[in-house]
Order: sequence, then C-alpha cells, then structure tokens
Amino acid sequence: MLHFILNDKEIKTSLAPGITLLDFIRYQNQLTGTKIGCREGDCGACSVLVGEIKDGNLIYHSVTSCLMALGNAQGKHIVTIEGINTSGLNAVQEAFAEEGATQCGFCTPGFIVSLTGFCITDKKLVYENAIDAINGNICRCTGYKSIERATAIIVKKLTERNADPLQFAVDNNFIPHYFLGIKQRLTDISDSYESNITLSPVKKLAGGTDLYVQQHEELEDMDINFLFDKEILNGITQENNNCVMGASVTAADIAGSSLFQQYFKDLQNHIKLVSSTQIRNMATLAGNFTNASPIGDFTIFFLALNAKLILRNNSEVRAIALRDFYKGYKVLAKEDDEIIEKISFALPAENDLFSFEKVCKRSYLDIASVNSALHVKMDGAVIKEAGLSAGGVGPIPAFLINSSKHLTGKSVSVKLVQEVIEIAQKEIAPISDVRGTAVYKRLLLSQLIKAHFIKLFPSIPLEKMISAS
Amino acid sequence: MKNIDSYTHVRGESVYLDDIPLLSGTLFGAVYGSPVAHGKIRSLDLTDAIAMAGVVHIFTHKDIPGVNQIGGIVADEPLLAEDEVHFNGMPVAFVVATSARIAQAALHKIKIEVDELTVVTDPRIAKENGSLIVSPRTFKMGDAAQAFKNCAYIFEGVAETNGQEHLYIETQGAYALPAENNSIKVYSSTQGPTAVQRHMAAVLGIPMHRLEIDVTRLGGGFGGKEDQATPWAIFCALATYHLHKPVKYCLNRMEDMRMTGKRNPYSSDFKIGLTEDYTIVAYEATFYQNAGAAADLSPAVLERTLFHCTNSYFIANVTATAYSCRTNLPPNTAFRGFGGPQGMFVIEAAIAKAAENLGVPASVIQQKNLIKTGDEFPYGQIAASEAAACWGKAASLYKLDRLTSKVEEFNTGNLFFKKAISLMPICFGISFTKTLMNQARALVHVYMDGSVTISTGAVEMGQGVNTKMVQVAAAVFSIAASKIKVSSTNTYRVANTSPSAASATADLNGKAVEVACLNILNRIKTVAAEIVDRDASVIEIKDEKVFAGNETVPLNWNELILAAYLKRVSLSEHGHYATPDIHFNYTTEKGHPFAYHVYGTAITTVTVDCIRGTYEVDAVELVHDFGNSMNKLIDRGQIEGGLVQGIGWMTMEEIVYDEKGRLRSNALSTYKVPDIYSVPKILDIHFLETNNDSLAIFKSKAVGEPPLMYGIGTFFALRNAIKAFNPHSNIEFSAPLTPEKMLMGLYNFENAK
Repeated sequence: MLHFILNDKEIKTSLAPGITLLDFIRYQNQLTGTKIGCREGDCGACSVLVGEIKDGNLIYHSVTSCLMALGNAQGKHIVTIEGINTSGLNAVQEAFAEEGATQCGFCTPGFIVSLTGFCITDKKLVYENAIDAINGNICRCTGYKSIERATAIIVKKLTERNADPLQFAVDNNFIPHYFLGIKQRLTDISDSYESNITLSPVKKLAGGTDLYVQQHEELEDMDINFLFDKEILNGITQENNNCVMGASVTAADIAGSSLFQQYFKDLQNHIKLVSSTQIRNMATLAGNFTNASPIGDFTIFFLALNAKLILRNNSEVRAIALRDFYKGYKVLAKEDDEIIEKISFALPAENDLFSFEKVCKRSYLDIASVNSALHVKMDGAVIKEAGLSAGGVGPIPAFLINSSKHLTGKSVSVKLVQEVIEIAQKEIAPISDVRGTAVYKRLLLSQLIKAHFIKLFPSIPLEKMISAS
Repeated sequence: MKNIDSYTHVRGESVYLDDIPLLSGTLFGAVYGSPVAHGKIRSLDLTDAIAMAGVVHIFTHKDIPGVNQIGGIVADEPLLAEDEVHFNGMPVAFVVATSARIAQAALHKIKIEVDELTVVTDPRIAKENGSLIVSPRTFKMGDAAQAFKNCAYIFEGVAETNGQEHLYIETQGAYALPAENNSIKVYSSTQGPTAVQRHMAAVLGIPMHRLEIDVTRLGGGFGGKEDQATPWAIFCALATYHLHKPVKYCLNRMEDMRMTGKRNPYSSDFKIGLTEDYTIVAYEATFYQNAGAAADLSPAVLERTLFHCTNSYFIANVTATAYSCRTNLPPNTAFRGFGGPQGMFVIEAAIAKAAENLGVPASVIQQKNLIKTGDEFPYGQIAASEAAACWGKAASLYKLDRLTSKVEEFNTGNLFFKKAISLMPICFGISFTKTLMNQARALVHVYMDGSVTISTGAVEMGQGVNTKMVQVAAAVFSIAASKIKVSSTNTYRVANTSPSAASATADLNGKAVEVACLNILNRIKTVAAEIVDRDASVIEIKDEKVFAGNETVPLNWNELILAAYLKRVSLSEHGHYATPDIHFNYTTEKGHPFAYHVYGTAITTVTVDCIRGTYEVDAVELVHDFGNSMNKLIDRGQIEGGLVQGIGWMTMEEIVYDEKGRLRSNALSTYKVPDIYSVPKILDIHFLETNNDSLAIFKSKAVGEPPLMYGIGTFFALRNAIKAFNPHSNIEFSAPLTPEKMLMGLYNFENAK
C-alpha cells in the first residue's frame, strides 16, 4: 500500500506503483489543473512539487509528474496547483495576472507551481534563481517577457523574508495554511515501500526521467524495484581524496553539493546546461550512465574525470571504470542482476583544470549535438595527465584515449591543440541525425576542444585558432 | 483591463477539452495513421485489434454515411484513406475502446500492407512533376521585365524558409456526446467551430442544425486548429453517430506532431533591380509553396504570400508568381502570419543580397523604399502608410546611429564574439483575403437583473479576444465589466461563423457586439425617456447611471433593465457585421482586400559566439502601429509572444522529414521552441498611436499576426554577425539559422544536406 499526502489529503492506494504521478493526479483524483503537454518532461505543464523530510527539514522541489512513478511518491507530500490555491490569488498568481503573464493559460499552472516551489525553498532569493525555477516550463504564447516581469515582482516580495520559508510563505499568502502541518504528518508516515506484487521481470527504476519517456505504458504493469529513495544509493561524501556518490544522487544533488561547489568553480554553469530544474530534481547519475546515451551529459563529465563504478548484485560487489563501461551502442559491461551502487572519482587537485562544453539547438533544456569535457592535471606549464571525452560523436559516450594520451607531457600551444583535434577526429564516428549532420558534429567537436583550451589557458595566446579561413 | 480568464488560469481552474468531466460510458478513440507516406493500400487487417478486450469498434472509410471528404477550399482530402495514402500519419482507421490505453494498444495490432509509391517532399520537384494543388497565381504591377533593362544593379538568388510546428501546449482533441433525435454535441478544441460543423454534417450526411459544436477555450492555436481540428472532432462524432455513446479523443504529442500539418515551407527565387540611388524599381519572385498532401488552407496561404511579397516597400514593377505544390507531407496549414512571413522573408533576402554586394547596410535600401501614403500595392490597394513614421521613430528613439557605432566598436575589440543589428519593417493587411469571410455575428442578452451575456463566433485561445468583447459591451452600455460574461463559442448560439484567424477576430466580432449592444441601448434609452418623460435623444447611460441631458435622473442600470423587461421590450439582440469597402477581383488580381494595414519597425541586436556557433538575441526594440490600443496589457503580450514565435521560426525551430516523409523532429525533445533563456534580453515596445483606421474596433488595430514578422529581423542580424566574422561566408538565405548552419557559415563549411 502506497502512503503519501496529496495536497491536504492523505492517500493510501494499492494502484500499480508504476503508473505516472500525472495520471494519478488527473484521472484518479480529477485534479485537472495539472496539464498534459508532452509526457516527456520537456514542457513543464505537469509540474508539481514534492516535499520530503531530509536531515530533519521539510524541503520541496519541483518535478514533472509525467516522469515520476507513483511509487516514488511514497512518504512524500505531493502538491498540485489545487494544493497551492488559497482563497483569492496567492502572491505568485497575483503577479502573473497583473503582468498578463498568462495568455491561453494551459502552461500557467506549471509555472505557478514551479515558482511557488521557489518561494518555499531556502535558495538565495535572487531573480536569476527564480528564473531557474521555471527553466523547465515552456510557454508558447507570451514570449516570456511578462513572466519575467511577474517573477521580478515575486522576488521583490520575497526579499522581505525574515522567517522560516514555509512560515513566511504562509504568512504572506504564497501557500495555504495546511503546509505548516505537513512535516508532522509526513513524519507519521512510514517511508518504506516494498512492492508486494510479483510480476516479472522486475524493472529497476530510479528517477524515471528516461524510462518514462520511452515506455510509460509498459511500466504500468511491471513489478518495479524502486531505487530512487534507497538510503544506500544516496549521499555525496568525501573519502580521502575521493568523492563517493550513491547511484541515485541526482543532478540537483550535485548542484547543491558543497563538495562539488568547492572543487568545480564553474559547476553552476555546467549544471545549467543539463536539462531543466524539474528534471535535475529527478534524474540520477546511475540513470544517466546506464541509459548509455552517447550524449549523456554527466557521462561525458565523469568520463573525463575517470570515475569508477561500484556494481552490486545479491552476492558480489565489483568495481569498473566508467571508461570501460560501454561496449557498444546501449551495451553495458554490466549483468542484468547488477545495479550501480556507488560512483567515485578522485577530487581535482589544486593544479587540475576542468572544462565542460555542450552545444545544442537550444542552449538550455535540450539534448546536445555534441558535448565534451576535459580534465587536465598540470605540472607547472606541462600537462601531467589528461582526460578528454566527447558525446554525440559515436555509438557510445566516448573517452578519447589517443587524444588524451597525446596531451600528456606537453605544454599547451596552438600546435598542440591542433594536433589533438586531428587525433580526436580519427577517434570519432558521428552520424547525421536530427541533432546535426556528421560534418557539423566533427566541426563542432573541434571547436569545443578549442573552447576547452581557450577557457582553461587564458594566458596562452590561442586566438589564432579562431579565424574564418 | 486584465484578461478576464487570468483568475481561473493562474488557479488551474480554467476548463480545456481534456478537463471536461466525462459522462459515464464514455469511450475513447485513437487514429491509426498510415505508416508510409505514399502508396496504394493492398490490405488492411483489423482482426487482431478488434479481438482485443475492450475494443468496441474500428471505423474505416466504409463506415462513413455521408461523403468521405473534409477539404475546405479544394475537395481533395478524404477523412479516412480509401485506396491510397498520401502522407505518413494519414488517418486510415479510428479505433474506439473502453479506455484510451486500450485504444492505443489496439493501434499496434492493426496490420496494413501498402505498395509504396515515390515519396516527394520537395516542392520544386512536385512542381516539375506537375503536382499542383491549384493553378498558379501571379500578381503583377507595372512591367518588371522591361524595368530590369534600366536597372543599375540586379541581383538574383534563392531564399528558403522551413515549416514551423504550432506546438500549442494543448494538443488537438474532441469529445462527442449523443443527443436526442440523432443530434450530436461536440466539444472541440477548434478555432473554427463552423468548419467542424460543416464538414461533420457532410461526412455524417445530416444537416448542420443537428450538430452543436462548443468551444470554451483553446490551450493555444496559432492557426494549427483552424482547419486541422476538424478530423478529430469528426472521428468522435462518427463513432457517436454509430454507437450512440460519448466518444473522446485527445491526441498525444507524437500523434499530434506526426499527423497534423505545419506552417508551409517555401523555396523561392528572387530577382531585384535597383537604380544607382538604390531605389528598387523591379522585383520578380517565384514562390514554391510546400502544401503537403492536400489543399487544406494552402491556397489561401499562397495568396497572402503574394499580398505581402513586397512587405513594407513600394516597388513600381513587380511580378510575383506562386505555386502551391503537392507533396507527401501532412497537409500544411495556417500559422500566424499565414504566408505573409514567407513572402516577406524573400524580399528581405533580396534586399540583403543587394546590400551585401553593394557594400551598404541593408537599412539604406530598406529605408529608401518604404511605402508612402498614396503608393499602390501590387494588388491595387492604395497605401495609408505608417511605414516611415515607424521607421523614423524607431531610429531616433532607439538611437540607431549610436547602436551601430557601439556594435562596430564591440566587433573591433572582440575576436570570439561578434555583434550585429538588423532592421525589420513590417506591413500586414488586416481582413480575410477571401472577402466573404469578413462577417461576424454576436448574440447579446441582458437579463432582467442587469447582468449581460455575450456569445460571438470568436474563439478564445489566449489572444484575449473575450476580454476585448467584454470591453466593447462595457463601453457601449457604460456598465462594469463584472456585469458581463462571455459564453462559450457555440454553433447553436451563433451560426455560420468565420474561424478565429487572420488577426481579424476582435475587429469582426467586436463590431458585431457593438452593433448588438447599440441596438439594445437604443431600446432601453427609449424606455428611460418614457419613464423620465424626456426625449430619447438626450438620454445617456454613464457608469450604470441614467442621465437626461447632463442631469441625473433617479434611475440606474438595473432599474432601467427591469423596467424595460416589464414593458415587454426586447433585451436581446443578434448583431451582424460585415466589413465595408473591401473587395477583390480574382481575374485581375486587383482590388482593395484589406480593411487596413498594420505597420512597424523592429531593431534587432544579436551576439554570436564564433567559437561555438551559438548566439543570443541581445535586444529587439520596436515601434508598432497599434492604432489606439484598447488593451495595452493584452496587445503588448501579443507583440512579445508573436515576436518570440517568429524568432523561434528563424532560429531553433527545425522541422526535419527524412526522404521517406517520416517526421524526425517528432517530439519536444527533438523540436525545440524558445525557452525562457532564449528570448531577447531586452524587448522594448513603443506604442505608435494612430487614429486613422475606424474599421478597427475602437480604432484599436489588429495585433495577432503582425509581430511574428519582427522575428525575421533576427535571421538577418545573425547573418550580419556571420559576415562580421567572415565576410566571405557562403551562408545561404535558408531559415531557420540553427547553431549548425551558424557554425558552418562562420567557417564556410559545405552544408551536407
């Protein structure tokens, strides 16, 4: 029996845990404010908030309910637009109405939910963060400018905050009063859920952001092993010079990790290139790795960093390098009964440099045409060790071994970068598809390699590489 | 005044098609679309699908009691394929089941064998093959061939614009309910309730009066639900007709993208001739419109391409010919701008080509040739022009000279990034180009308690038309807007409506509301005159109070209405409006088709990352001819939204069909529309107030489509930035200018098409 809270209502249900939260909300509970736009997490019209207790605090984040399994709602507070409505308009709704930030209105509840979620987080109350909260919401009518104006008004109101976010939000008509009782109510709900249905095969599901795009109907009938909330699969810790992450760590967890922030100064810019806020709240690292997309952003990121995976089945544990994990298109060096349990990598040393690049048709909330990461360990002016990875240029997320080797022991110069580009071109085999022609992808990777070096070595004159001829 | 729907919108309480509570026993449909783009059907095997538990019936063309035809302009579009299929996704069968999931599952059990025929996706090839939807059209003014002989400069070229997916966030859908006496009520997410009703009646072989089509609102339309909402509504009605059960079908996103048509792609040839002082004296253009597999609205779209082939310029000698080419894509259709943007892109490309070759900024040629009041358009209408006013205001207000020098300064100091600007003047004609469609009706009831209901033919799809209707009634009656409610758009209340399209919905329906309200007002004024014993001519209503001359009388709106009712005076009126003065002769291709034109000028500034080939729109600053805007909040929203949609069309929105006619950009993960980060950092709008056009409702000019064309400026600004980096770039006049084309253009890579 699944047990959670939907808005102000306690839910106990024995419905199949594989149905989407979206269908449960709209068709089982007739809460029609949550809209269906795409069912693949790309429009945000079905955004809802998920509240859960972490480290003793009740925290909320936004998700696209089309990609969230009902089973992942266990023990949580699910908030739809109906659960946000107060008598009259709340502060977010008021700003939207005043600024004309709603036209056809179909995307609007998603925006309101996402932004209200921002209003009750402890994120820094600045305009940019508020916009980030709605970066997974697509509006086809307004051109977003009125939404920007409404957001600015909301942020201004929030700057008066001097109390606990939830208390302030209740006191200032952002959310209804019942939110103040949720923490206690969640504490009373057991947070364990074990499926008692036995169907086969047992499907392993983490955040669901990929599986629900591909097969949401099939998942309804499956017996699912829910991995997302398993304690052993979560957490980011430092062990000596290594960073160790549970497999179900999300992109948002990484973005919020003080360890990552400390070691990757461009982290927020990198993360911003990865899908949207809602998806980052669900998408897990192991999901990104096992999905084996040739353009998985985090796969490319951690290939350069030479991450190691800990795989586990019922009896054994073994380690494998991410660089050895891909055998062919969507073929993994992993047995069916194995799951990724942990991911670890050596934290960058003081003289290390790291760069991540991604270009797609739309700069944000899009899948890369080509992405690439470069990690170099420096010894003075000389590269001691290098890891260069590239996605979208072959059947697997590629670690460019020859290119990486070639960099070792050399100083950066125009000549060196050009040599690496030449070698990289021999290591890749892009195909033409909807994300670009093969010719373009080759050119683009060359450009991204140049971009890595221009960014990481500002004192070395590399401008010559960028000319029209 | 705020949009009257904003309260329920922001609370998630507005009702869209998929939110309508279902009647018990409702069945669910799903369309089986052809898996190939062109071929002869050898066999269709429904056995396994019908055998599935929960499948109620599967309809094919054999189940159609009337005619299997939904073509509006040309009768060339069967509702369900008979012997042949003409595009991938063409409806072949309609499955009805007890749940949407079962209906979807049954689609996978249908087996079809098709003998494949050659697939054509290129309009020029279709034209070579003689596959035209309608006869070509030519607009001609002066003698271009002769004028070219005297030109100092002549430039020729090719310009191409790809299609555009509407991507209304609410997909297409319908819900049909049986009613007594073989009538059917259909909730449809359509911009054209009458089109749905008319074609449904023909398909079912029953009179229109048995079909009640009801529309509360759409979750976006943009033209995509003008003609293309019809088939889904008819499928549901066909099933209801046979099964006497409620039947619903909401397309999922992939079905919607695969089976519906989009903005017509165009490939065009241009030839432009200028004198030494850069006056454009001759222009020839040939447009190859990719219509898709059936006419749909393409002939009308084609016509508007010709109407707007010279954009905002006066050119004395013009020959423009347009071919509507039949290909094996879903029938392409209306999309905001309706062929106008496609025509304007070509003249802008021609001017850009001339400018680049002559070594002058395009703006020099553009400004020199702006159309003036008294100049003639190629179709014979005489301009009442605001072109120079908009351009001049934009140049001065936004300090064009300073902007230009700042951009040059930036480019001198930056190797990796280049900035550039462009100017985009627009001129867009308001009216349906088919004169007969410029009519509308409104039904206004004043209830005995003083509250008012308005029904019109206008469909609310986010453009705020219902709010404007309330404003019209509130102004005419001089009562609070809160006293007025707009009913759903319903073919039982208002008949024979034109679709909500052509930017003309507020004008046409607003004028009809005005007519109806004025007639009621005159009647109640007479009642008031009798009550206070004064002449009706001195009676006024102001803010719900009655005045005689300037004196208040002890009578308010509510009392007056009740009095009128008690005196058996009609408090209802059905107002009719037909736009005066417009006409067009299809033999001479001359006339006065538009009630008026809307003008404007946008200045676009962009920055290109020359390492990565990515770009940002720094600013779009524009002066727009609003007339006398009756709702600045709504009108500003239309400009902002239209512009960003236009920028999307010109930059990231790329429709990809493969050689087999399969849509590759078939989901939101592969077809990208602007997100919040990709809009211009600065978007400034200056309201140019003009007072000349009384055919606009309250002199507030139509605002729906024109702003989309400001987006074309982004293409040319980006192109200028490429040239700033690489003056020898071979970049083509081919939109959208995706990051791929950008990078290839920056480095002169051959585009591997």
